Amino acid sequence: MAAMRRRSRFFTLGWLWLALGTGYFVVPLLATLVFSLKTGRDTYGVTAYKEEFLDPAFRESLFFSLKLAVFTILIVMVLLIPTAYWVHLKLPRLRPIIEFLTILPFVIPPIVLVVGLLHGFRWTPTWFRGGYLILVVGYGVLAFPYVYRSLDAGLRAIDIHTLTEAAQSLGARWTTVLFRVILPNLRSAVLSAAFLTLALVMGEFTMGQLMQFPTFAVHIAYIGQVKATGAAALSLISFAITWIAMLGLLLLGLRVGGRAAQVGGTH
Amino acid sequence: MPYLELRNVTKRFGPVAALDDVTFELEQGEFFSLLGPSGCGKTTALRIVAGFETPDAGSVVVDGKDVTRTPPNRRDMGMVFQAYSLFPNMTARQNVEFGLRIRKRGSEDRSKRARELLDLVGLSQQEDRYPYQMSGGQQQRVALARALAIEPQVLLMDEPLSALDARVRVQLREEIRRIQTELGITALYVTHDQEEALSISDRVAVMSAGHAEQVAAPFHIYGEPATPFVAEFVGTMNRLESAVVDGATGRVRWGTTELAVDAAKGRSNGARVLVLVRPESVTLEPLPNGQGSADVLSGQIVTSVFLGPVTRVKVGTDDGGVLSADVPSSSAARFLVGSRVIARFSAEQARVLDLA
Amino acid sequence: MIEAEQAPPPGVVSEPPPRSLQAGRGRRWVWLGVAPFFIYTAAFLLYPAISILVGAFQDDDGNVTMRLVRELFEPGALNAYWTSVKLSVITALLGGLFGLLLAYAAILGGLPRWIRTALTTFSGVAANFAGVPLAFTFISTIGFTGIVTKFLNDQLGFDLYGTGFKLYSFAGLVIVYLYFQIPLMILVIAPALDGLRREWREAALNLGASPSLYWRHVALPVLLPSLLGAGILLFGSAFGAYATAYALTSGQLPLVPLLIGNVTTGNVLSDPHYGDALALGMVMVLAVAMTGYAILQRKASRWQR
Repeated sequence: MAAMRRRSRFFTLGWLWLALGTGYFVVPLLATLVFSLKTGRDTYGVTAYKEEFLDPAFRESLFFSLKLAVFTILIVMVLLIPTAYWVHLKLPRLRPIIEFLTILPFVIPPIVLVVGLLHGFRWTPTWFRGGYLILVVGYGVLAFPYVYRSLDAGLRAIDIHTLTEAAQSLGARWTTVLFRVILPNLRSAVLSAAFLTLALVMGEFTMGQLMQFPTFAVHIAYIGQVKATGAAALSLISFAITWIAMLGLLLLGLRVGGRAAQVGGTH
Repeated sequence: MPYLELRNVTKRFGPVAALDDVTFELEQGEFFSLLGPSGCGKTTALRIVAGFETPDAGSVVVDGKDVTRTPPNRRDMGMVFQAYSLFPNMTARQNVEFGLRIRKRGSEDRSKRARELLDLVGLSQQEDRYPYQMSGGQQQRVALARALAIEPQVLLMDEPLSALDARVRVQLREEIRRIQTELGITALYVTHDQEEALSISDRVAVMSAGHAEQVAAPFHIYGEPATPFVAEFVGTMNRLESAVVDGATGRVRWGTTELAVDAAKGRSNGARVLVLVRPESVTLEPLPNGQGSADVLSGQIVTSVFLGPVTRVKVGTDDGGVLSADVPSSSAARFLVGSRVIARFSAEQARVLDLA
Repeated sequence: MIEAEQAPPPGVVSEPPPRSLQAGRGRRWVWLGVAPFFIYTAAFLLYPAISILVGAFQDDDGNVTMRLVRELFEPGALNAYWTSVKLSVITALLGGLFGLLLAYAAILGGLPRWIRTALTTFSGVAANFAGVPLAFTFISTIGFTGIVTKFLNDQLGFDLYGTGFKLYSFAGLVIVYLYFQIPLMILVIAPALDGLRREWREAALNLGASPSLYWRHVALPVLLPSLLGAGILLFGSAFGAYATAYALTSGQLPLVPLLIGNVTTGNVLSDPHYGDALALGMVMVLAVAMTGYAILQRKASRWQR
């Protein structure tokens, strides 16, 4: 009897903590939703959403960030897919180095990286600094750890050696092997990495603000100084974007988890 | 008076009855095994004795005391799990001392006893090693020492050797038996390996689908299986589906051959029975010239498999049946595949079970 | 099943390269394959890091000087470091504690399986929700005109701001930071909780221990390296956070990232190299933390065998 009593006592305790947790996490979101629907002291409506959607700066910043995201994803994939592949297949000795490099974002957070980029590339031509290329390369660095780990996990799940050797014995060159054999099997890892990068770039504020670029997050911050309800609406939209990105991951049957899931740059 | 009893225990998981009104009685100092395939309920029974599951009906009684409702940490039992049960943050000695530490024994006392037990299982050199530094066999020895350290009333073992190499398994099971006999402790052992159960137990309960098919000493389980399941599960058995021809003299017909089977006496004529004969009870003679007679099994050798001390020869009888015979390997050369033989077994050596 | 997971345990055995690829020409191609990555990293990660290092010891004319580093020990900067550390430690402890409780409840609490999945999925999203949107979410909730603030006032007669509470304060930041610290903890500690084998608990009980003694002697010691490692991760996460703090306080609170931001955007009049020095200081703190983390990870993986 005592054993059963003990178990049921903890049952309730577990539910209690989860209830409290749910409250802490859900209430702010609900409150924000209500807040964003305020149009006056006691009136409600979707005015805030309408205003923001019609604001040209909203569309511009959103597409700007999306554009940056796409470029970042491209650069990162082009760099990391071959790297992850080669390291996995032929240069296992480089693993520790690469893994060290993937821990670096915690030691060099975006706020530090942006100082270094601004400082170190002071002497570069304006098209690099003024155009958003410098921002994209910064994002690339931020995205590395998550993308690499995703690719690495994907590579480990398929037997790279056997696939490569089988393809080579049938006469394929390494480009064929990479594009026709490896990549198709890595599809979910690549997509997962792409989604994570998307979420990262869409939410990134620090580097955008300090380099004075009109990213989506910078736009939200600006609106926040002017219209609280508008900022609330935009925040929910931003949250929805993150959710969609994560749902995309889920639909691919991937588990959203692991330390790497927290994406830097957003906070 | 039995020392450890499960009385009418039933346990359901959802719609499935893992145990269905099961009763076992163990004498003090007895080594009792639960033997059966996966899902037969043997592990559930053990966990109910240990206290990790509560039965839906029935009770567990130890030395006269009903412990069914006692939590697992208050039953005086030592359990050895299948694998991974050693605490990874403690050395072998600290693992063994754990139970004593909980019971607040003094530190000198504890180490003395721990060393004694590690010595008993042959690991006195390993006392300061961590589990990840030990092999599977060594870990299980430590687990055994740890369970014995608290001087439990009952020793419970849940397939402790399943995860180990074959050679280590044989070695360790003999040691477990030796230690159990030396200490005189009542032991309940669960396994799916019939050789293991038969070689070290005082009694074996063969289980299937939540109930016991037969509970007896190993010799009887092997020689006198009580049900077709036991006959199948334990050892290799020739199963001859036959019909009783003459219940008074004990003759049955298998296929087209009439055979003398003493155990068939007393059954009604025409009754369908299963005649069970062990391969080692079947003898073969070469039959150089073709046909035998109607009351003798004749046939052709289909396969001949070398098993070490014996060679298992499978004979396809002329009327379409199959019979296995174990022949000493030294004389197996006579029985080549394709040659014709006569197979015989004596009337007393066959067992008979009724078929529905 | 693919997951974005933590670094694999050290000692992962690497397969020897196939013989066909050990030919000299093959090797050179291979190095070419990974070169772009290393060049990129060198240019855009290491080079900026070095510029900071060098810049911290330079003055406007390019001479080497310790002045900027010494400025780090002025009360202004020191206060910022101290507040940052305090904020990081407190949110790491609180986030660690609540995260552990939630993860424990979902994983080991005997609750239905879907709760665990829901919790980890939500944690994955919430951990990324930090920054500007998060700040405005809380402003909408417990800001001066926040929904919950009004609710407490109108429905329960409780004047939140009358107690002296301000969202744009240290305490407010703690509350907001927990929103991404707790999920981070859940994500990190879940695998470690999974690693607690059922047999350990049952063996402990069988030997006479109560569940709390099991925790004291077995589970907590085994979990300790992972717990400490997670705590360090949370510390690093809070220490380097900029966006959330900025959006909430407009850069008014004495935190190192905010200070760096102010210096960089020119809001504060000072030597531009001062930002380098501040950044260098941050990197030092985080480097120490990360080294501790690496050591703990090594220890934690020992139990996994």
